[in-house]
Amino acid sequence: MNGSGWSDFLAMGGYGLYVWGSFGMCVLVLALEIGMLSARRRAALQPDDADVIDNTGVGA
Amino acid sequence: MADKRVNWFKYAAPQTFYLLAGRAVPWFAIAAVVLTAAGLYLGLWAAPTDAQQGDAYRIIFVHVPAAWMSMVVYLAMAFWAAIGLIFNSRLSSMLANALAPTGAWMTFLALWTGALWGKPTWGAWWVWDARLTSELVLLFLYIGYMALHAAIDDARRADRSAALVAIVGVVNVPIIYFSVQWWNTLHQGASVSLTKAPSMAPPMLIGMLVMSLAFWMYCFAMALARVRTIILERERHTAWVRKTLAVA
Amino acid sequence: MTDAPSPSLPAAGMLQAMRGLVARDLRLALRRRADPLSVLVFFVLVASLFPLGVGPEPELLRTMGPGVVFVAALLAAMLSLGRLFADDYQDGTLEQLLLSACPLPLLVTAKILAHWISSGLLLALVSPLLALQFDLGAAATGVLLLALLVVTPLLSLIGAVGAALTVGVRGAAVLMPLLILPLCVPALIFGTAAVEASRTGMETMGHFSLLGAFLVLALVGAPWATATALRIALE
Repeated sequence: MNGSGWSDFLAMGGYGLYVWGSFGMCVLVLALEIGMLSARRRAALQPDDADVIDNTGVGA
Repeated sequence: MADKRVNWFKYAAPQTFYLLAGRAVPWFAIAAVVLTAAGLYLGLWAAPTDAQQGDAYRIIFVHVPAAWMSMVVYLAMAFWAAIGLIFNSRLSSMLANALAPTGAWMTFLALWTGALWGKPTWGAWWVWDARLTSELVLLFLYIGYMALHAAIDDARRADRSAALVAIVGVVNVPIIYFSVQWWNTLHQGASVSLTKAPSMAPPMLIGMLVMSLAFWMYCFAMALARVRTIILERERHTAWVRKTLAVA
Repeated sequence: MTDAPSPSLPAAGMLQAMRGLVARDLRLALRRRADPLSVLVFFVLVASLFPLGVGPEPELLRTMGPGVVFVAALLAAMLSLGRLFADDYQDGTLEQLLLSACPLPLLVTAKILAHWISSGLLLALVSPLLALQFDLGAAATGVLLLALLVVTPLLSLIGAVGAALTVGVRGAAVLMPLLILPLCVPALIFGTAAVEASRTGMETMGHFSLLGAFLVLALVGAPWATATALRIALE
């Protein structure tokens, strides 16, 4: 691709809105899915009250 | 005398699978990243501009993989749900639950990118194309599965009820698809296929296949990562999880 | 709950059990006339809302009519299915049914039959009134009635699976339609197509054959799936 390639690349022959709207949404969905799963995993790793109260020597 | 054959069933135990999945996830993630990079290069750079659809056609490099994954993941979900129901395997049901959100996201992506492809090509955001309409029904099937599972407090009942929903759904999907196809041709006359890909030059085809593989690796990684979290949630009160939480 | 197999009944015994169940459910429906009747009123009400929403232009209504009536029937069926298993679940009859010597899918079929008689059948019989509202014409009205007579049992059968899955579940009233309505799409498509075909003077036999095939499939599959769902729900 030559120098003016970048603006052409972004414009996508006039269809830039649709093409980048699609690829952009993919990135967004990726971020959302990974983010939500991370939050869920962090919550799962929290020792809950039962672990603290229970006398197994584990927790808190 | 040691039994040298691999006992695959040991991986049906949540604890062993947790470790196995934990080792597998990074590999799938790396594969997904590498394949995505290659696929994006092919799709956005190397593949030539289409004569009829201009650069808008490049949307197929995410639309088609998303649509394929939405269907593959649904099949996998129904499969593991059925195994869980028939053989009473907890882990299989957990795997089905882990697959559902990923599949739903893929379906959403297929719909979104389909609409964005339809607008420049056919003039409207939504034209009730047969395949997109079927994707919409598939999204409802995913949501129904997740909603039913979430509504039932007892984990085993939730697993088994949702499994039946998935099985009934997967059996009905061909019937629904056929009906929607028929409905579409009836009301649109000529066999108009909205998301018909242009006749594919090799770089286009290869790019699409590479992106499909990339999405597949991504879905593997997400499903395995999610099932690990589900295992932690469900097996909270076992000794091995307590040890894991203490170390974490 | 014991896993010991119940002694199996002879065929005559099974038929008697089914007949008894149908009679009981119909008697109960008669005692609580308000329930089936309000579903009927809902059906007419929903269908009547559409012209209010889109305007009284005759040709538009004629085009919309079949679709609107079918969707209204779908929604009314969803509402009525709530009471298929709920009452029996509450008073313990359902558990008794699970313990019966008569195979559960047969008992389920009996309940669905009784339910259809007190809901779907009534919807179909009232549909000519709605056809009048949309000025569908005599031939199309006849086809509408026939199509609903085939589709409403189909809805009851498919819906029974949903009702069994959500019995006693929080938010079942909206969850059940969420699960079942996507599965009703084929019936909706071919039911309305049959009426449309009749209105435009085309052949309806093909659509009825397909609907008939769906009905047979449902008759074979749905009672078994419903029985499985009930066992999952109650065990």
